[in-house]
Amino acid sequence: MAGMSAMPAAAQGALSTPSILAPASTPAHEIYSLSQFVLVITGTIFAVVGGLLTFVIIKFHARKTDAGHEPAQIYGSTQVELAWTVIPVLTVVVLFLTTARIIFAIQDAPEPQSALNVTVIGHQFWWEFRYPKLGIVTANELHLPTSSNSAPRPAYLQLLSADVDHSFWVPQLGGKTDLIPDHPNQMWIDPEVAGVYLGQCAQFCGIEHAKMLLRVYVDTPQQFEAWASNQEKPAVDDAAVAAGRQVFESEACANCHTITGTSAHGVFGPDLTHLMSRATIAAGAAYNTPANLRSWIEDPNIFKPGALMPAMQLSDQQVDELVAYLTTLH
Amino acid sequence: MSTISIFTDENWRLPSRGRVAMLSLIVGESAIFTIFVVAYIYYIGRSTYGPTPQILDVPWLNTLCLLSSSISILAAERAIERGRMRAFAAWWGLTMLLGIVFLAGTAIEWKRLIWTDGLSIRTNLFGTTFYSLVGLHATHVVVGLLMLSLVLIFTLLGRVEERHAERIQVLSLYWHFVDAVWVVVFSVVYIIGR
Amino acid sequence: MADQTFPIPGTLDVSPSRGVGLLEWLRSWVITVDHKRLGLLYIVYALVFLLVAGGEAMAIRIQLAIPHNHFLSPELYNEFFTMHGTTMVFLVGMTLIFGFGNYLVPLMIGARDMAFPRLNAFSFWMSAFGGLLLYFSFIGGFGLYGMGAAPDVTWWAYAPLTERAFSPGHNTDYWALALIVMGFGTLGAAINTLATAFCMRCRGMTLLRMPLFVWLMVVASADTLIVITPLTAAQVMLIIDRYLGGHFFDTQAGGSATVWMHFFWIFGHPEVYVLILPAFGIASEVIPVFSRKAIFGYPAMVAASVGIAFVSLSVWAHHMFTIGMTSVSNAFFALSTMMVGIPTGIKIFNWVATMWGGKIRFATPMLFCTAFLFQFLCAGLTGIMLAAAPWDWQLHNSYFVIAHFHYTLTGSFVFCFFAAIYYWYPKIIGRMLSETLGKWHFWLFFIGFHMTFDTMHFVGILGMPRSIYTYEPDRGWGTLNMIISVGGLVQATAVLILVWNIVDSFRNGRLAGNDPWDAWTLEWSTPSPPPPYNFATDPVVYSRRPLWDLKHPEDPDWKYER
Repeated sequence: MAGMSAMPAAAQGALSTPSILAPASTPAHEIYSLSQFVLVITGTIFAVVGGLLTFVIIKFHARKTDAGHEPAQIYGSTQVELAWTVIPVLTVVVLFLTTARIIFAIQDAPEPQSALNVTVIGHQFWWEFRYPKLGIVTANELHLPTSSNSAPRPAYLQLLSADVDHSFWVPQLGGKTDLIPDHPNQMWIDPEVAGVYLGQCAQFCGIEHAKMLLRVYVDTPQQFEAWASNQEKPAVDDAAVAAGRQVFESEACANCHTITGTSAHGVFGPDLTHLMSRATIAAGAAYNTPANLRSWIEDPNIFKPGALMPAMQLSDQQVDELVAYLTTLH
Repeated sequence: MSTISIFTDENWRLPSRGRVAMLSLIVGESAIFTIFVVAYIYYIGRSTYGPTPQILDVPWLNTLCLLSSSISILAAERAIERGRMRAFAAWWGLTMLLGIVFLAGTAIEWKRLIWTDGLSIRTNLFGTTFYSLVGLHATHVVVGLLMLSLVLIFTLLGRVEERHAERIQVLSLYWHFVDAVWVVVFSVVYIIGR
Repeated sequence: MADQTFPIPGTLDVSPSRGVGLLEWLRSWVITVDHKRLGLLYIVYALVFLLVAGGEAMAIRIQLAIPHNHFLSPELYNEFFTMHGTTMVFLVGMTLIFGFGNYLVPLMIGARDMAFPRLNAFSFWMSAFGGLLLYFSFIGGFGLYGMGAAPDVTWWAYAPLTERAFSPGHNTDYWALALIVMGFGTLGAAINTLATAFCMRCRGMTLLRMPLFVWLMVVASADTLIVITPLTAAQVMLIIDRYLGGHFFDTQAGGSATVWMHFFWIFGHPEVYVLILPAFGIASEVIPVFSRKAIFGYPAMVAASVGIAFVSLSVWAHHMFTIGMTSVSNAFFALSTMMVGIPTGIKIFNWVATMWGGKIRFATPMLFCTAFLFQFLCAGLTGIMLAAAPWDWQLHNSYFVIAHFHYTLTGSFVFCFFAAIYYWYPKIIGRMLSETLGKWHFWLFFIGFHMTFDTMHFVGILGMPRSIYTYEPDRGWGTLNMIISVGGLVQATAVLILVWNIVDSFRNGRLAGNDPWDAWTLEWSTPSPPPPYNFATDPVVYSRRPLWDLKHPEDPDWKYER
């Protein structure tokens, strides 16, 4: 059980920067290759035109000695103008054909049988993840197994929104796709290397858009199975913290949150059944420590002013009991 | 040092400012209507609840009146070009009357829709798109009628003469535009949309 | 050559015989219908809001200089970046183009005023009022977080975030209403420009002899007609949703969030071409004069401008590559976006060819236009990168996009309009701006611009999205953001130097005379500043460069033009 939180609690080092130059999944690789090709072409254009411009500035700078005469007036040249129309047209054709191929390769890739289906639902300001075939509901931290050519297991994400527009962007794993209410979208990723990948919401969704962060934990297949089977279990029911569970069920917490195995079935806020299997709370706004949990429950505005969770106006004792309870939910 | 020589050149003819301005305005207004029409067409059948376009009665009389008013305003234009000011006033007045009948018909239609059929702009998506599009057009008719009535008042005061024919033509362009838009709105709302 | 003045037969002295009191002077500015005064009002208005929006940008940059900063609260940050964008596009961009357009178009075509002087005044005051309404939002109400009710939904204001359910305060209302009011002003100015250029040209000035600035104002105005109006339509729909219970963008009732996106970008993309086309016009006036050569390929420049306007109407959904359109749609918009680069590239080549073989004088206007050429080349190339839709799936809504459009808006539009200020200030005011201060302004602004916006490309590539009031310290974005912010300070300093130059040269600048730059278009044949009636006698022209013909009677342009 303790191994479940063996995933690094905080991403460190080079993996922290969600750079599009460090692709770790097929769509990200395809985009990277396209970008290199486009860069070569645009770089050439820059060198040629920029070079010409630099040459012109130096060579045709007015010298003090030639005041008085105007230079030869040239009004145009049909050949030259034709040439510099045709060459760009050809360049555009080449660029477009390459681009179109990648568009179709990524967007229209057929979904294999072995695909892992995940439903992503965007909320103000957190992510809901459901694995329909596994019966798992979790929030903000997505777990996926690695996928390889020999054992492909891409993740097909269905993207929905409960309120306004959001966008799912984990640069190392693929391009972003928007979550739009009443407009389901689909994207796929097949991460090759285990690790933590960072991202965040990329479509302004309100006051705390900046704090709608994403973590994708790419597990080895064994780690993923272990994680999934733990997530499928109902919540830990430790009698020692029954007081806290009582507070949770009787106060307004149950209106918004679900803890399976209890009477709390709210869906407005994240599912807390396995809260302690997550490294962060409040969609990445704070690390998941008892002290932070305490602050968050007392007043969410400390980490995320404008978050939709209200300050619960509980007594200190109630908060203590609650935190004691929540920290047992592995 | 040289000066610019000036010689008369009768071949230098430029378009009339009023016409260019009115045509530009019409282009801009067409863009607004296009957006509302596109929204209407896209949203046909997408209301998740509430009354549907089947409750609409095709406003044949209204349409006839409005389209005839284009003919009467054309007659008015011809009259003022020939300096026949009494005929002009008569045709102009008829145009306004037809426009007012159109608006009255719209008002009656809306009254029935709101009170009997329970369709208002907030009822459902169909209500929103219907009243917005038809209402936008009706607003333009109202503005047109205001301009027409100004001209009528000046005519009755004897201030409008044959030399104002071009300005009358420019204003008529606007009225023809309002008519043309009605053809589109009518087709989209009452023919295609039902 | 530069000091020679050309006699206007019988210049009339229309200055009043007694001085005017302050109130009378103010009143004359309020009731004026003179295109020169209205043009100046637009330009001064734009410059004031350039400083305001620049201040908003500085606040944004201070907030983002370090991660987890607390300089601006989230709500205030969201208001500032929304207002920065909205102000720059509408209160600075549109007003600058119609300000210079108003001032110069009648002078360049040999006319006495615009076609409809009173409509001109109406348009200015509507625009001015709309802008003030927009800014009133900061103080007109406590809003929801005690920070005023300025718009806080980004300048593209996506539904359903802007619906009552998700934006219960008045922020969005100010945005929609202020822009609708300004839209009427813009429409009036566009209609006026078209009527003036088509109907008021002096004898001999066929359409293909108009200065390129006039052509580009015509194309931009025609584009405005069909581009601003969709925005007005969409905003009316939004107001119907918010106040009359409509369901245009109510996704629970069948409405659609993507419909807003389509309508907004059908306005939003061509809008940026409306902004940049007059900037191209400025470059097309300044570069020939300071290279001492006629513009290379005038007919192609006209055709390319019209081509840009047309193609730009078909590219809007390249702002929506990530919303889940079909692969065929994505491919179409990728193609159309790449295609718009062709006429744009042609213009760059024509400008370079104009400079080729010339005798280039690098006075301040030419410095700004030369930098514009480099920067616009880069902007176009990053635009091509964004047009490659899959790459856009990574770059969309990241700081790379912000870098791209600041290269086009600041690096191209603002640079050209700074050139315009240095070039035409002598004509408008009658005195030269200081060349020394001009060079300080240029170099500081150039350095600051590149410090900020070159770096921004990289922080976008490293995964930083836009519209965020802060970022996590472990993402590796801190140092780059600090550099970007320092560059902003450098640009701000440069702009303050410009303001000082403008104010100081008003009294102390060297007297300009009619034609300080030895230029060739009609506005340089009048005194500086021009008298209220512009030309004592209607000019007659035989070529695209009437003053060249006068200065070179042995070798006039009309022998060579095709």
